[in-house]
Amino acid sequence: MNKKQKAMLSRIAIAAALMVGLHFVPAAGWVRFLLYLIPYLVIGYDILIKAAKGIRNRQVFDENFLMAVATVGAFALALFERSGDYTEAVAVMLFYQVGEWFQSYAVGKSRRNISELMDIRPDYANVERGGKLEKVDPDEVEIGSVIVVQPGEKVPIDGTVTAGESTLNTAALTGESLPREVRPGDEIISGCINLSGVLRVETTKAFGESTVSKILDLVENASSRKSKSEDFISRFARVYTPAVCFAALALAVLPPLVRLAAGGAAGWETWIYRALTFLVISCPCALVISIPLSFLAGIGGASKAGVLVKGSNYLEALSQTRIAVFDKTGTLTQGVFEVSGIHHSEMENARLLEYAALAESASSHPISKSLQRAYGREIDRSRVRGIQEISGNGVTATVDGRQVAAGNGKLMDRLGIPYIPCHSTGTIIHIAIDGKYMGHIVISDVVKPRAREAIAALKAAGVRRTVMLTGDAKKVADQVAASLDIDDVRSELLPADKVAQVEALLRDKPERAKLAFVGDGINDAPVLRRADIGIAMGAMGSDAAIEAADVVLMDDDPMKIAKAIRISRKCMAIVYQNIAFAIGVKLVCLLLGALGAANMWLAIFADVGVMILAVLNAIRALFVRKL
Amino acid sequence: MKKTYKIDVDCANCANKMESAARNTEGVKDATVNFMTLKMIVEFEEGRDPKAVMSEVRRNCKRVEDDCEVYI
Repeated sequence: MNKKQKAMLSRIAIAAALMVGLHFVPAAGWVRFLLYLIPYLVIGYDILIKAAKGIRNRQVFDENFLMAVATVGAFALALFERSGDYTEAVAVMLFYQVGEWFQSYAVGKSRRNISELMDIRPDYANVERGGKLEKVDPDEVEIGSVIVVQPGEKVPIDGTVTAGESTLNTAALTGESLPREVRPGDEIISGCINLSGVLRVETTKAFGESTVSKILDLVENASSRKSKSEDFISRFARVYTPAVCFAALALAVLPPLVRLAAGGAAGWETWIYRALTFLVISCPCALVISIPLSFLAGIGGASKAGVLVKGSNYLEALSQTRIAVFDKTGTLTQGVFEVSGIHHSEMENARLLEYAALAESASSHPISKSLQRAYGREIDRSRVRGIQEISGNGVTATVDGRQVAAGNGKLMDRLGIPYIPCHSTGTIIHIAIDGKYMGHIVISDVVKPRAREAIAALKAAGVRRTVMLTGDAKKVADQVAASLDIDDVRSELLPADKVAQVEALLRDKPERAKLAFVGDGINDAPVLRRADIGIAMGAMGSDAAIEAADVVLMDDDPMKIAKAIRISRKCMAIVYQNIAFAIGVKLVCLLLGALGAANMWLAIFADVGVMILAVLNAIRALFVRKL
Repeated sequence: MKKTYKIDVDCANCANKMESAARNTEGVKDATVNFMTLKMIVEFEEGRDPKAVMSEVRRNCKRVEDDCEVYI
């Protein structure tokens, strides 16, 4: 509780005590009125002041004005009728304030909850100066400096381990509790907690560009992109309050006039009372608060599970996912390729591999990486010249003065070199040297252990169609798709083809069904942007992915996709429940109020009660562990 | 140019009112108020001085909701 809330709570307590006490005081007439004015002013003076200010600023229809008019009106009626029943006016103000207090408390509490979830902001970095460790602001650490991370501390900046071995807790980033081991040479990501040993880390990024800063930035700005439901509710609130006010005015004036015209008694008191009840119901706050709170809780809950959602609009879209399109490599498969065979080699296998690795040395494609790994020795770049990458085909380069071409069948066709097709599944790298075919290297990828389960879970979560896009050969793609039970495969695509394929899928689908593209985010940025929802996996440490995607899965477990959809479903269900519940109860109360079946007590209970229930319901979106 | 400002406001509807007040301020291209994180993200029109525009935004917000603050 902050200061404001504490002050309010004591005002509520004093006013309530006074009200109960006054019940036993046998005062009458003006004394009674003045006595009841005390708790009224204690609890409501700020509302009256705000209402006056609102009128001065020509902002008439705000909730302060409504409450002021309703309660002052109730006082006036009681005076006029000489009933001495001032309790109602005081109670309405009291409950209104209780509602406001609760709302402020609940929102503050969930704000804190969510910032605790994302409590990964490092406060300092340790830099060694003159043999001593000094704590400095991470913002001041330059790229390439060496920082020391002690056990129990957060890694403040992305970098490479230069000395020390340890295990890291990545739970704050991935939601995964399995510790990760690091040793010298390993990349290390900010936001992890160092568990066991002292690490010396050479920073590779500035603090502002480090993973932890990017993530915090993303989460803090998440709910700025508003969903359709939020827009709907704020539009509704804008119309609702003035509409109810005019309805109240009409209710106060028209029926008595009609009755007068008909020759009966006007019954002004009854209708004015009903109109005042209307005003109490017309406060839109309950409605307005619960929707963004539900989204905030949903986004917070998701980030606890290692799923970062960039805005409530994406959470909304995610819940309507009907088509899931996957990139194969790194998403459904490990993306760790291994050389599994060398066939028809015209020279020594190791020599062939050496040429291939050298020709591919400039590429960061996983295939090239695996060639380099299989080669196993340091690559001497000076032996390679004139590397040309032919997108979707392969590379040509001059190695040790010999013309090397390494790539798929298309490259060989292009160069007019006859080649021997391979029977094994996997990616085949054909190699030609000085225009002569030299054999091929088979590289295969491994399907992720839970990929099949993940596809099944997606289907269970309401995804109707799954499509896999890949640049790989048809044979490999078909085999992977069949083993994973994927509906549709498009293979041998160039990066640009993937965008075209996704666009075609977007055109063919119905408007309400959303298409999600799941990629590893490294070379899928255009597709991630083009899809209704771009989901990047295993994004820890990849800035490009964090920037291009709408939903970021911190680790690369494909099961998280279905989980993200289930979280969004739950959150949207809560949003719809709250909209229907809040609007429904308000409308019923308005109707009852107009018919005279509801008094102000019911009205204020409806207002505050609905808000409390809606807020509690909204907070439910935070709990996602069992989903 | 986009900038983010911290704000202080008590109710969600007031935040909505601040948002439309900020949007209708001259020199503001677009504005979003995030009640949950208590932040206002303002996109300025080309060549406007954010400081001058923001003091106007603050005044307009104060007009629609007395009990609010924009930290410039």
